Amino acid sequence: MNVAVAKTGKGSAVSDLFASAESRLPGAPDVAAVRREAFETYERLGLPHRRIEEWKYTDLRALVGEVLPLAAAPDAAALKRAADAVKAHAIAGARKLVLVDGVFAADLSDLTALGSEVSLKTLREVLANGANPAAGDLLRTTSTDAVISLNAAMATDGVVVSVADGTHLSAPIQLMHIATAAGASAFTRSHLRIGKNVRATVVESFVAAGKVGGYQVNDAVILWIDDDADVAHIRLMDDAPDAVNISSQVVTVGAAVKLNFFNMTTGAAVSRLQGFITLAGEGSELSANGVNLLQKTEHGDTTLVVDHAVPNCVSRETFRAVIDDRAHSVFQGRIIVRPDAQKTDGKMMTRALLLSDEAEADNKPELEIFADDVSCGHGATAGALDESLLFYLKARGLPEKQAQALLIQAFVGEAIEQIADDGLREHVIGIAERWLERRS
Amino acid sequence: MALLEVKDLKVRVEEREILHGLTLTVNEGEVHAIMGPNGSGKSTLSHVIAGKPGYEVTDGQILFKGEDLLEMSPDERAAKGVFLAFQYPVEIPGVATMNFLRTALNAQRKARGEDEYSTPDFLKKVREVSKSLNIPQDMLKRGVNVGFSGGEKKRNEVLQMALFEPSLCILDEMDSGLDIDALRIAADGVNALRSPKRAMVVITHYQRLLNYIVPDVVHVMSKGRVVKSGAKELALELEASGYAQFEDA
Repeated sequence: MNVAVAKTGKGSAVSDLFASAESRLPGAPDVAAVRREAFETYERLGLPHRRIEEWKYTDLRALVGEVLPLAAAPDAAALKRAADAVKAHAIAGARKLVLVDGVFAADLSDLTALGSEVSLKTLREVLANGANPAAGDLLRTTSTDAVISLNAAMATDGVVVSVADGTHLSAPIQLMHIATAAGASAFTRSHLRIGKNVRATVVESFVAAGKVGGYQVNDAVILWIDDDADVAHIRLMDDAPDAVNISSQVVTVGAAVKLNFFNMTTGAAVSRLQGFITLAGEGSELSANGVNLLQKTEHGDTTLVVDHAVPNCVSRETFRAVIDDRAHSVFQGRIIVRPDAQKTDGKMMTRALLLSDEAEADNKPELEIFADDVSCGHGATAGALDESLLFYLKARGLPEKQAQALLIQAFVGEAIEQIADDGLREHVIGIAERWLERRS
Repeated sequence: MALLEVKDLKVRVEEREILHGLTLTVNEGEVHAIMGPNGSGKSTLSHVIAGKPGYEVTDGQILFKGEDLLEMSPDERAAKGVFLAFQYPVEIPGVATMNFLRTALNAQRKARGEDEYSTPDFLKKVREVSKSLNIPQDMLKRGVNVGFSGGEKKRNEVLQMALFEPSLCILDEMDSGLDIDALRIAADGVNALRSPKRAMVVITHYQRLLNYIVPDVVHVMSKGRVVKSGAKELALELEASGYAQFEDA
């Protein structure tokens, strides 16, 4: 009885959320139908909780409770604050595409610098184009995950980028998500299509414009990479310490592709990055790496599902978590090898460094192998800083915190070193160093 | 002037007393050798002077330049000029030797209120010192001691000694794991650092090392105490007669 009441209560609150937002959500009538369908899926499932296996360690009902109302479109003052944040977090030389509180900000973006090989539309304009019968497809995925469904229902904006075949981008594209609105939600969804034989670097950054309290981000990226492309995809989530960031990535990789993915989580009270990467063309190499740096009571979840759908692909995953205070890090890594995917070579290594007695790490590696001629493996470790190394450094004059910082940097270095570009790697190391300085 | 004064030092590890009232005075410019059988407490003494955790000092004191060393953290001791050359230097993957050396040197200088080294000045200094010790530059780019041979690890310790310019060097079993050539190179490095302002305490099981680093004073340790002290000739006597005479004492 109580359970039913609670469910109804939650359900109706959520319905109100959609009803009040619906008028602001872009899309022709058929798009609105896709949204409603997605919302019904979400409503049926509700916020994910611990009894759903994929969300076992990240119970959003307990950790988040409710979805905040949609953020208002940013006004001039908000855009001005966002401009400062863009300046502070931009990568030198990158072409910036900026979303503020879930709305594309053309004035803050480098539109002319993109060049003719890169086509850019906003999600809003594509959805609003009644003449495009396929617009609703931008809100569809094969996933039945509740937060992806909620994203489809509520997405206000995003970018739809296509990089033409054969393009070698000379500078990274940086997709920046800036939050300026406290106590509100931003829902964004972006589509990136990388053509054949393209070389490109895509960076996603999530930050707040100064002090912004208690906002929520629900982002989805749908990434298509065509044959022979060489792509570096870097995601840096440094949202405000009391924010929530739930992000989903659905990635489809063609043949003979090199994809180097890196995620770093240094912010948000509660976060989850769930990546679903399908290797759909033969001879591709995936390097997927991640670092969670967590302190206070932060909860950071990195979940990667790598699906080897065809033969002869290689996947490597290196994940590092550094967990201080009472923080909680989750790594779930699943490698699926389909029956046809012979000669698959998939390996995953995850290590957690616990800096306090109350820090918690959950590692869940899973191998689902349906082919018989494969090489797959995983390893997981968790432990504290090595006392003998700490003493050596202290005996050489390094104070305790500095000695710890040096060892922590070395620990996460193995994952960060997978970033090939020197400038980007330095940028990432800089974020990690600022995290270390925040340790009390 | 007395640089290091260890007075009636009693030390426990867990429930067992290892040092039972050890007294030792080392003056500026002197080289002292501490010899003794395994388990006599030689390494414990070096660890307690450097501030390694896990040792409980139950009685006595250690003064360094007249200050109470036991009140200082290991990094404060290093900044004051205490240097322990480890018997088994640790490997630190992911921390480049060069970065480690600069961080450590500047941390010590900062603690003493001195200016930190600029990158060019630091590089110049490291190059000079490493050249004199026959340390190839590529070794400095690798992780600290990662993949180093026993000889390279000890040379890296001597390199740090030369860079940090401590006033007290404690060499803990520097000869362990070294062949004769590696030992000679390391010892030459140490000898080059002998100075009227710097003292050294050379801890060793074998007399062999003392052919290369010739001490002013030799102490024999047994069962957690200094049982005999003398001139360098004492080491040769020990080589001939062994430690058995002291074990029964």
